[in-house]
Amino acid sequence: MDFIKYLITGISLGSVYAIIALGYTMVYGIAKMLNFAHGDVIMVGGYMTFIFMNSLGMPAILAVLGAMVVCTVLGIVIERVAYKPLREASSLAVLITAIGVSYLLQNLALIIWGSTPKSFPSVVSIDPIVLPGGITISGETIVTVVVSALIMIGLTLFINKSKLGHAMQAVAEDKGAAQLMGINVNATISITFAIGSALAAVAGALLCSSYPLLQPTTGAMPGIRAFVAAVFGGIGSIPGAMLGGVLLGIIESLTKAYISTELSDAVVFAMLIVVLLVKPTGLLGKKISEKV
Amino acid sequence: MKNIVTKLKSFPRDTRRDLGNYLIVVAAFLLMQAALGGGLISNSMEGLLVPICAYVVMAISLTLTVGILGELSLGHGGFMSVGAFVGVFFSMATQNSIPSDGMRLFLAFVAGTVAAGVVGLLIGIPVLRLRGDYLAIVTLAFGEIIKNVLNVLYVGVDANGIHVAISDEKALHLAEDGRVIIAGALGISGGRKLATFVIGFVLVLVALFIVQNLVRSRAGRAIMSIRDNRIAAEAMGINVTKYKLMAFSISAALAGAAGVLYGHNYSALQAGKFNYNMSIQVLLFVVLGGMTSLRGAMIAAVVLTVLPEMLRGLEDYRMLIYAIVLIAVMIFNQSPQLIQWRARMAEKLPKFGRKKEKEAK
Repeated sequence: MDFIKYLITGISLGSVYAIIALGYTMVYGIAKMLNFAHGDVIMVGGYMTFIFMNSLGMPAILAVLGAMVVCTVLGIVIERVAYKPLREASSLAVLITAIGVSYLLQNLALIIWGSTPKSFPSVVSIDPIVLPGGITISGETIVTVVVSALIMIGLTLFINKSKLGHAMQAVAEDKGAAQLMGINVNATISITFAIGSALAAVAGALLCSSYPLLQPTTGAMPGIRAFVAAVFGGIGSIPGAMLGGVLLGIIESLTKAYISTELSDAVVFAMLIVVLLVKPTGLLGKKISEKV
Repeated sequence: MKNIVTKLKSFPRDTRRDLGNYLIVVAAFLLMQAALGGGLISNSMEGLLVPICAYVVMAISLTLTVGILGELSLGHGGFMSVGAFVGVFFSMATQNSIPSDGMRLFLAFVAGTVAAGVVGLLIGIPVLRLRGDYLAIVTLAFGEIIKNVLNVLYVGVDANGIHVAISDEKALHLAEDGRVIIAGALGISGGRKLATFVIGFVLVLVALFIVQNLVRSRAGRAIMSIRDNRIAAEAMGINVTKYKLMAFSISAALAGAAGVLYGHNYSALQAGKFNYNMSIQVLLFVVLGGMTSLRGAMIAAVVLTVLPEMLRGLEDYRMLIYAIVLIAVMIFNQSPQLIQWRARMAEKLPKFGRKKEKEAK
């Protein structure tokens, strides 16, 4: 019975990772960069939801929507100010800048909101379901799993059916050729960042509902774990991010339960290394050959 | 005297630049010694001297990985902690068997450096097969793994030898006379401060000597060719994996040496000290120094360690300022548009340096 309980915790956690991993995967697919600051956008999303709910007394749904708007703007600003000037620069330069942005967000949050953890009120008001056998599934778990499934279906449809989605695929494939076809590359990249950041806000609200401690470093570790999930599933692939996220959540939960709490990060990272060595493209990723 | 000057001028530019680096380090050391003797240095600044040396060695070490090898390592704090823990553990465990402080510290340096180098080699074998962003994230992962493992590690010594356990003190099964040296998240406590400014200075010189000689050697040129164009280097018959591993493990070993120095400067040592922030701070030294310049990285390390001490009032904003500086320097130095703009500006300015160059041609 305990095993099923841990499995459910894992799936819930994994669904949050999956939402975060979607943001990584989309940005990586299009801009070919690792947006290190993505995890910290989650933290900003958490704080925004907290402020909208607690200080302004908004209902949960509106608070999350508000946080999504703020994070979308933040994502676009970050892309325009920090990443756009470096689009033709070496990937090392972009990566270091992204680390700088991540650091900037964390320390801004530290100055604005302080280092004392805030206890986050859950955004979910659904009653838990009790299954026969005494297993309870919390409202947060249900909402998290449903929301992440909806997001994945919505994103897949958006990318495969809409004009903008086709533009994104084209930019991911070949920036120069996409531009020649009349696609506004800069706008497409901005939209990708916007979508990724809006998803990060949702992830932030859901993450803090399940693990109600909000502090400036809240987003950092989940962000890195979600990146591991994205790589695990195959970076650039939307179902891959979903699969990787859920698998990672389950592994983390089971490790915490049966091996050691302190070593759970070590196990997650060790897994990343094994995956990269055995199948560098991830579970569902496609192989890209290198051009000389 | 005149003889020396002519001889110096006959050296290639790179050699002169390398010699200049030694000169700068020696001059800075002598200046500090004079100031110390004259009582011009405040107590808090005096306490910073050894950490500064450790940071300078870290800056040299990371310049080798980021600037010379062209790969981003976010796990250098991890190598530093391996060096610190192994080194301090060694000197505490042999406190009774090796009576001479100097000898013990020297052996501790050897142990810490070798341990970090070996860890670097072991990590490098799988990691260096990856490229770019993956490599950065995996080094970060390894840094975290090292920190996590050190946080649950218990090591003690008794008459029967060394006992290791993960979980708690009781699992060590120490004999009556045994003592716990590494106590999990509490780390090492009660160590003796063996590190001095002179030792730090010597370590800086040694690190500089190793890296500068590596860079100007055949191996160094091979490493830089991999950075500039991996495929072309491979086509020229350069063994990419071998040289990458070489640079990476030397860099890790140097970080370990810096850790030994750092660890011997405090009486207590926790793995939490060598976290992600430490790795980022060292990265900032390298970026501010201009990525490939050892001299720049060393100067950045000194300035960025001394400056916060002088601007105590800005303590809360220190990390924020670091972050902004990091982004601004990256964009200013690396953006293709800005590089062109700077070249145009430079042409408009009065031409001091360039005349000389023309004459030389």
